[in-house]
Amino acid sequence: MSVATERANRRRRSGGARPDSPGGRTPATPSGGPAVLGFCRRHWRPVSLVGICVVWLVLWATLKGLDTLELGGADKTDFQLWLNSVRDAFDSARTNSFVFQHIVQPITDGVNGLVTSLQGIFSQASDGRPVPEIGWLGVVALLAWLALAFAGVRSMLLVGVCVLLFGFFGYWAQSIDTLIVTFFAVGICTVAGLPLGIVMARSRRVSAAVSPLLDLMQTLPSFAYLAPLALVFGIGPAAAIVTTIIYSLPPLVRITEHGIRGVSPATLEAVTSMGSTPWQALVKVQLPMARRTIVVGINQCTMAALSMATIAALINGPGLGTPVLQALQSLDVGSAFVSGLAIVLMAIMLDRTTTRASERSGIEARILRGSGMAQAGTFGGQQMRRTVIIAGAVVAAVAIYLSHIYLALSKFPAWPDLGTPLAKAVSTATDWTVGTFSGFTEWLKNTVTALLVDPLQSVLAQSPWWAMALVLLGIAFVLAGRRAATVTIVCEAVILGSGLWNESMKTLATTLVASFVVVLVAVCLGVWMGRSKPADSVIRPVLDAFQTIPSFVYLVPALALFGPTRFTAIVAAFAYGVPIATKLVADGIRGVSPVAVEAAESLGTTSRQMIAKVQLPMARAAVVLAANQGLLYVLSMVVVGGLVGGGGLGYLVVAGFSQSQLFGKGLAAGIAITALGVMLDRITQHATARFGSTR
Amino acid sequence: MKKSLTDHGLKIRKRASAAIVLTAVLALTACSGDIPSATPPSGKSACGAFNVAVNPWVGYEADAYVVGTVAKEKLGCTVNYKTLKEEVSWQGFGSGEVDTVLENWGHPELADKYIKQQKTAVDAGPTGNTGVIGWYVPPWMAKQYPDITDSKNLSKYADLFKTSESGGQGQLLDGDPSFVTNDAALVKNLGFNFKVVYAGSEPALIQAFRQAEQNKTPLIGYFYEPQWFMAEVPLVKVNLPAHTPGCDADAAKVACDYPKYDLNKIVSTKFANSSSPAYSLVKKFTWTNQDQNTVAGYIAKDNMSPDAAAQKWIDANSDKVAAWLK
Repeated sequence: MSVATERANRRRRSGGARPDSPGGRTPATPSGGPAVLGFCRRHWRPVSLVGICVVWLVLWATLKGLDTLELGGADKTDFQLWLNSVRDAFDSARTNSFVFQHIVQPITDGVNGLVTSLQGIFSQASDGRPVPEIGWLGVVALLAWLALAFAGVRSMLLVGVCVLLFGFFGYWAQSIDTLIVTFFAVGICTVAGLPLGIVMARSRRVSAAVSPLLDLMQTLPSFAYLAPLALVFGIGPAAAIVTTIIYSLPPLVRITEHGIRGVSPATLEAVTSMGSTPWQALVKVQLPMARRTIVVGINQCTMAALSMATIAALINGPGLGTPVLQALQSLDVGSAFVSGLAIVLMAIMLDRTTTRASERSGIEARILRGSGMAQAGTFGGQQMRRTVIIAGAVVAAVAIYLSHIYLALSKFPAWPDLGTPLAKAVSTATDWTVGTFSGFTEWLKNTVTALLVDPLQSVLAQSPWWAMALVLLGIAFVLAGRRAATVTIVCEAVILGSGLWNESMKTLATTLVASFVVVLVAVCLGVWMGRSKPADSVIRPVLDAFQTIPSFVYLVPALALFGPTRFTAIVAAFAYGVPIATKLVADGIRGVSPVAVEAAESLGTTSRQMIAKVQLPMARAAVVLAANQGLLYVLSMVVVGGLVGGGGLGYLVVAGFSQSQLFGKGLAAGIAITALGVMLDRITQHATARFGSTR
Repeated sequence: MKKSLTDHGLKIRKRASAAIVLTAVLALTACSGDIPSATPPSGKSACGAFNVAVNPWVGYEADAYVVGTVAKEKLGCTVNYKTLKEEVSWQGFGSGEVDTVLENWGHPELADKYIKQQKTAVDAGPTGNTGVIGWYVPPWMAKQYPDITDSKNLSKYADLFKTSESGGQGQLLDGDPSFVTNDAALVKNLGFNFKVVYAGSEPALIQAFRQAEQNKTPLIGYFYEPQWFMAEVPLVKVNLPAHTPGCDADAAKVACDYPKYDLNKIVSTKFANSSSPAYSLVKKFTWTNQDQNTVAGYIAKDNMSPDAAAQKWIDANSDKVAAWLK
């Protein structure tokens, strides 16, 4: 609702006056002597920022603890109680509801039945057979053949190795289950998301109506709605798939919309002027030209779906999430790591294969269209490839058949067992690290908490709420302009309405600290990666791994090092936020025009000058974008932080999932997190637009 | 021209591959496999599916897998383990997705909603385990400050428990939000200079106690038995003013220790009314805290799979298992 209003506001505005262009306007500035006035006018932004901060600190110092809107642990507001009652009403009505009985229930049963039968074919013993219809050899051969047919020999090798590793790690059935659920969810996302993205690209109105919903789907923590979702779709695959879709649909829709919009208007005009219908223009021009982008969308959708594996396990979704959670219960870092590593491998495998497949289909399409060079040569190559694919199909069919009838080829062999030794090694390494560094980490935790977290939290959460609301509004206006300020007002109203102002400010404090550290580290690492290829090739895979490994895996070591504290929550958020921010900075640095770098080099600049005076300023847009993404990634870890002592909104969401009386409070906390996310996103986005353009 | 050529090629390719696959399949059907068809269950009456909720703590896992393994092997049930939190498990009674919760810690609000109001669940009697909740300190503290186990003396130690999270007061560490807790009210009503800090999850709580014992750092927190971790680090309970019936009636005014919980089993009404032999097994299942800790220890300390851990205990305790099946 709030987000909708915000979008509507933005739409209304975008037609009118251009938003405040940098430095071009003169807002109300404090009066003074003419010289001071002139200075203030020229530098109104820094001046007003300093002004706001001074007023803020004065208010904080004098009114500390007044009107902080603190809510006790078990207290609930009317809104939160109302959410509870809605849930209860639904719970008792669902058995008699027509919609539920005749629409939702059949869907649930259908999805569950389909997943179960796929499991019976590929991964689990089904009734009548102690093993699945197709054994491990058949599955490996089938997946490898698919990779060969769509993406080529290298992908085939990658897929073969990865899939075998799932088995050697000891998680064969769970891995295939995860694959099934992921394919299923991504399939539905594609069927629903592509048309939606296309419609959104063609109609600004639909786009404006749908995108707030996408915002909500992406930022509302799934913990907050997991329990009611299980009420609707039952416990098991159906609910797990719905959760996964909710989170992974938005990137697909957004990127599709972006891709179709990105088709050059000149081309489109040319086609239309030749008299083609909109449908023809779409099918013959827009879709083919946007195909690369759309594949990126599907790729991102797949990654998002995989990242839900652990969450889905909380409502008994099949797959690799279960061993991760089980290992977490007994603090078995090693096993958690190995099952997490299987998820990472799966992400790498799917990412590289889909990327390769999209590149190849691009080449093939061009050859088919007849623009290919060296016709004869490629034609021969084509024939050769065809033969290989057919031969592969035969091999796969034989393998499937053999694995259907022979037990040894059906049940994944227990040897070689790579999982157990790897788990042991990781556990030992973790114990050593904890034992060696816990003195230092204790100091680090106490210092950062005392110097950064506590003061910031005190200033944010102990100021009166109205003062804080005005301060945020002022900062949004000065940094990002009027539109961002409008959004900020709406989001503040939502947070206020959720009844969790004080907790939100506490969460904001830890989020800001974590984001600050993320940006700091991302700039250092990113500059290094951007300037040195070897550094890039070493660091990037590590970043990839940290982006895809379920955070539950490193929570236990983080807890051992830092105890259950807000700092641990910051560390977890940091580990998740750094990769994306670093990659963005590195790409930005690499994107700096080589001419400029060469020119500076010829003037004899030192490398420090080069970074500080040439590369970083020229990559400023990338750095601000990195800050934006870092912030959002950090915010998405608030709930995970709640599991390790982060307190604030995150803890409330977790508590709401665990205790039925606190459901409403947890959902309200989820909504507050969404509001915080939208607010921070818009402020940084508008700031990006502004600072990125002043080169 | 080219288009038709490609089409033609495609057709040939399709036909050729179909033919090859067909011949391969035909040739291979001559071989016979070695996969046995599943043996029919040896149980007396048909059991069918038996859906066991597995709540997220290791002690519960021990209960679930021992009962599940017995049901599978002795009764021929198809056992589905469903990893779920308590509240979601109770939701599943109505829809038949969950047949039983094997270790219930009180939860009066859930009992009220699902047993009394919706009537989708019924109590299936005690598990034989006694649940103890309270405030605990690591063993080294109990040794060094012997009088700390009496809550009257706690105040003088408050300074020891200061952390970066407790803002000048002593820290009382609480765990997973799903556990039954009155700690905030207790601190207030007993007048301690403590602040309740929420660790947020059981792993966080256990890891904190583990570190405290290893590094000899002070810590006081919420904990409970039966718990496998007690076998690794035998935490010492602090005695709060003794529990008397009714002293915790008003949650805001609690000033006494937690009651002892007789942990019980809950089953769905549907399951109880069915003639499934698994229901009678659940109903008769009882064991001791010692038994549960043994199995939980196999899982958590010896890193055995829950299935193997359950099997090991069952093999060693056939007399107890036999009593459940009578």
